[in-house]
Amino acid sequence: MLNKELRRHVLKALQQGLRYDSRGLTDYRDITVELGISKNAEGSARVKFGETEVLAGVKLAVEKPYPDRPNDGMLMVNTELTPLSSPDFEAGPPGDDAIEIARVVDRGIRESKAIDLSKLNLIPGEKSWSVMIDIVSVNDAGNLMDAAALAAMSAVFNTKMPTISDKYVIDYKKQTKKGLPLSDFPIAITVLKIGDKLIVDPLIEEREALDARLTITTMEDGTVCAMQKGGEGQLSIEEIGEMLDIAQRKAKELRSKVKK
Amino acid sequence: MTFNKRPDGRAFDELRPIEAKAGVIPRADGSAYFKQGNTIALAAVYGPRDLYPKFLQDPTKGVLRVRYNMMPFSGSGDRVKPGASRRSREISFVTERALLSAVNLEEFPNTVVDVFIELPQTDAGTRCAGICAASIALADAGISMKDMVSAVSCGKVEDKVLVDLNYDEESHEEGPVADMPIAFLPRSGKATLLQMDGMISKEEIIKALEMGKEACLKIYEIQKKALKEKFLKGEQNA
Repeated sequence: MLNKELRRHVLKALQQGLRYDSRGLTDYRDITVELGISKNAEGSARVKFGETEVLAGVKLAVEKPYPDRPNDGMLMVNTELTPLSSPDFEAGPPGDDAIEIARVVDRGIRESKAIDLSKLNLIPGEKSWSVMIDIVSVNDAGNLMDAAALAAMSAVFNTKMPTISDKYVIDYKKQTKKGLPLSDFPIAITVLKIGDKLIVDPLIEEREALDARLTITTMEDGTVCAMQKGGEGQLSIEEIGEMLDIAQRKAKELRSKVKK
Repeated sequence: MTFNKRPDGRAFDELRPIEAKAGVIPRADGSAYFKQGNTIALAAVYGPRDLYPKFLQDPTKGVLRVRYNMMPFSGSGDRVKPGASRRSREISFVTERALLSAVNLEEFPNTVVDVFIELPQTDAGTRCAGICAASIALADAGISMKDMVSAVSCGKVEDKVLVDLNYDEESHEEGPVADMPIAFLPRSGKATLLQMDGMISKEEIIKALEMGKEACLKIYEIQKKALKEKFLKGEQNA
């Protein structure tokens, strides 16, 4: 562990039920979700967890479907951890952290079938809608993963299809009233294990002190649709059970912030 | 010639509505939000900080490094592929030169000041909005400066010389268009960015520059106001 002193301090506080910003162990910071923050995107959202700020935008295009999925639309999720948002991020191709966020968000949306890709085909084997979700960090004050997942789904929720001609040429300037075919709203909750404590929505100091983390994405009915463990530490089955309980409970709370 | 009136009803020397705010990114040493019409620029400044690899260090002065980037969903039409393009690299280095002479780099030798500009939404004039945001962010970071840098695009559409072209004007097809982004140091009154594409006469260039310089002075006031608002608010809270 790189920063033993910090870890000891964070853990000592947690054992007294204290966090640096005086929250409960399973409380999120204030969450705000704003929709339609970038007008050239087909859908967009800004999510803030306290000082953490993430933007997401959806662009649509018409492309040739994948050969093994000739009757489906395409989904792509990309994350940019910009050097604007933290002194620790560098310009250049996405690093492991950015790739992990993109992959976990992608799995949550794909596996829950939140976007019904079968309804996004135009000509089998020839033309399908491609849904490209880009997540961009603006300020990293911890928990980019959950903020990214919420921003991505909020941008999807905000998306309006552009007009398309008989020859399948898109007029991006003319939006229709139609949204994407949606069937669910998956929410990612990351639970951290620090010592014997489980917390959510970590600050940077807490993130630095973690033993293990588990991101759990759940659907509206509580079904789990994606998981990802991180960190070097170990988790018992009991701990995983507790983490699942926390994730299902918190997901309901977060979902209600967007879906009103 | 059909261009007698601007599509959004502005006078030819009129800027789009501008909103500016300092200190919008808490992790950064300095930051700013600059919205001009439908173009939005965010800028963050980190430094002076260590510069690696070491051979890049200059013992006589600090290094200013600028990165301009459009967010993938920021443009109308196709998604902008992430990562540096020839266009974004050129804009990064002309922005760097536009800011350089305003910053007292000799005060922090061997270090780097990084400026990151990100655009969440674009409607022409992005490099100028980026420069305006970066200049506020540098001042917000407490970097020693001789002057602010204020920038705007100017030029002409058909036979009309004007400032602050939006996308509709930049892509006007019924007649000639000249797009000339400029940056001025408001106190010295001298230009640090000058580019042009299109066709334009010498007389029109001079007229556009005069008009652009006036517009930059208005932007300068907005930049100063953004900084004052942040630091006066800071004092009230203290």
